[in-house]
Amino acid sequence: MVSYIIRRFLLMALTLFGMSVLIFVLLRLVPGNIVDLLFDSAGFVNPADKALLEEELGLDRPIIVQYFDWITGLMQGDLGYSYVSEQPVWTEIAPRIPITAKLAVLALVFSIIFGVPLGVISAVRQNTMTDYILRVVSLSGLSLPSFWLGLIILMLFVQWFGYMPIYDRAPESFWIELGMYMIPAAAVGFRSSALVMRLTRSSMLEVMRQDYIRTARSKGASERSVNYHHALRNALLPVVTIIGIEAAFLIGGLIVTETVFNIPGVARFLVEAIRWRDYPIVQNLVMLIAVVVVFTNFIVDLLYAALDPRIKYSE
Amino acid sequence: MPRPENNPGAMAIDHDVELARAGANVTGWASGLLFQVRRHPLGAFGAVIVVVFVLAAAFAPWIAPLDPLATNPRASLAPPGSEYFLGADFMGRDMYSRIIYGARISLAVGLASTFLGCLFGIALGLMSGFLLGWVDLAIQRIIDIMQALPLLVMALVMAASLGPSLENTIIAISIPVIPHVARVIRSNTLALREMPFVEAARAQGMSEVRIAVRHVMPNTIAPVIVLATAQLGSAILTEASLSFLGLGVPEPHPSWGRMLSESAAEYVRTAPWLVIFPGLAISLAVFGTNLLGDALRDILDPRERS
Repeated sequence: MVSYIIRRFLLMALTLFGMSVLIFVLLRLVPGNIVDLLFDSAGFVNPADKALLEEELGLDRPIIVQYFDWITGLMQGDLGYSYVSEQPVWTEIAPRIPITAKLAVLALVFSIIFGVPLGVISAVRQNTMTDYILRVVSLSGLSLPSFWLGLIILMLFVQWFGYMPIYDRAPESFWIELGMYMIPAAAVGFRSSALVMRLTRSSMLEVMRQDYIRTARSKGASERSVNYHHALRNALLPVVTIIGIEAAFLIGGLIVTETVFNIPGVARFLVEAIRWRDYPIVQNLVMLIAVVVVFTNFIVDLLYAALDPRIKYSE
Repeated sequence: MPRPENNPGAMAIDHDVELARAGANVTGWASGLLFQVRRHPLGAFGAVIVVVFVLAAAFAPWIAPLDPLATNPRASLAPPGSEYFLGADFMGRDMYSRIIYGARISLAVGLASTFLGCLFGIALGLMSGFLLGWVDLAIQRIIDIMQALPLLVMALVMAASLGPSLENTIIAISIPVIPHVARVIRSNTLALREMPFVEAARAQGMSEVRIAVRHVMPNTIAPVIVLATAQLGSAILTEASLSFLGLGVPEPHPSWGRMLSESAAEYVRTAPWLVIFPGLAISLAVFGTNLLGDALRDILDPRERS
């Protein structure tokens, strides 16, 4: 187990190193840097001023030197300065992280409390009308773009209540904050709940065919006890994996949802930084996301082994 | 054959019905199609939706009543009516015509990026699973890196670094498809390379590359079709999201996602039709491919059958 963990750590380090190179090179493939953007919008261009600004930002140096500067800074906890606000990257990103994290947790809670029970119902009533309706609903969850779902929710709110539940001021209390995030979280969580539901259903159906379920039935266990104590417990194992992976992948859905609901989280900030070619923000944010994804995968794998005694990671 | 009513102890099995249900009367492609349609009504419904969208894309110039790019200042934000069936946008362009033409963009980007992603995914997966050794190790690490970012983030970064154009949007969306396909093909190849027919080909003195391409690859077609259909829906969604964020298909192409970004939050109050219809088009198209994909998986991948 110890050697497995060490090996995984080394692989994670390798993956993150590869990602850092990839993102760094990709960003510099873009035709035009922030200096071009700024000078384009200004109209009048004095080449000397432009060169001066590029020098000031370090954009004139070889790309390898720029990369090593970034990585050595990163190792020492120095993320550099934003080109746009000229603030340290960390002070720009840090206050936005809890907002996105709260949204992601809420969306995850939403996907579990709807996805798991509905998946079980769908499996237990396989091929009934209930099952068909639930399957169509879950498939529609995978088909609706979450930004459109968000816009439709906004529209209904305008129709019924005459106001839009978007982020228009910093929330004063925890409960106001919770209420503010509830709707965007539901818009994002709908998709995840559909995924969780589909997986719970197929996993339940798989387990319900096993011999020990027949044994439990033949021993006279009630239908309820068979479904919930024997089947669901084992069916939830793969569901745990997908929930873990979804937790990290929710950030994709949050990018558009934060934009629709005007929420100042990291996901929307990434898009803004990309538009402004604010390299220090983009490369550090992308690395942050990659770290979260890679570590979540690792923890899910360990959790999987802890929950299922049949799984042992070879030495 | 004893009829159930003459033989009260026997279970009422109608052999003709049971045989038909198992597909015994399937003789040609037409009856085969009918058989699958009866068996997967939802999948057939999905196929109908997909066909409608494909036809709309193919015959857009004949179906669309107006030029999707023609502006008309007097019709700015015109509500749905006799002149503009689904209303007009801020520039007075006909929404109905734009949505019909939008099917072209969505399908082109969806199909092309899925195709590209599958092509590279198959090549990488086949090499990885067949050659093993250091090639496998190297490809696995590359796939790890590609999967370290959520799909939309990856596509966003790619789109931003390539710059906005139709072709670049296709490339950006195809990149996150590659690792999915490569993984599935690799695990299939690992199982296939141990098969007797591969051994037989080797005994005949066939080269490794030829074995991989002629004997292993054709056997991975079924999972690829299943995967490609599933990826098609997600590619259409990704295009919509990228264009919504303004980093996908640029103007003047009528992209469904782009229409929503133009009309986003402010039009929720003033011109809801600009928000409802493009989103409905995206959702329906993706819903259709998802339904079809589920049915194809049931038909082509027996292990997934429930």
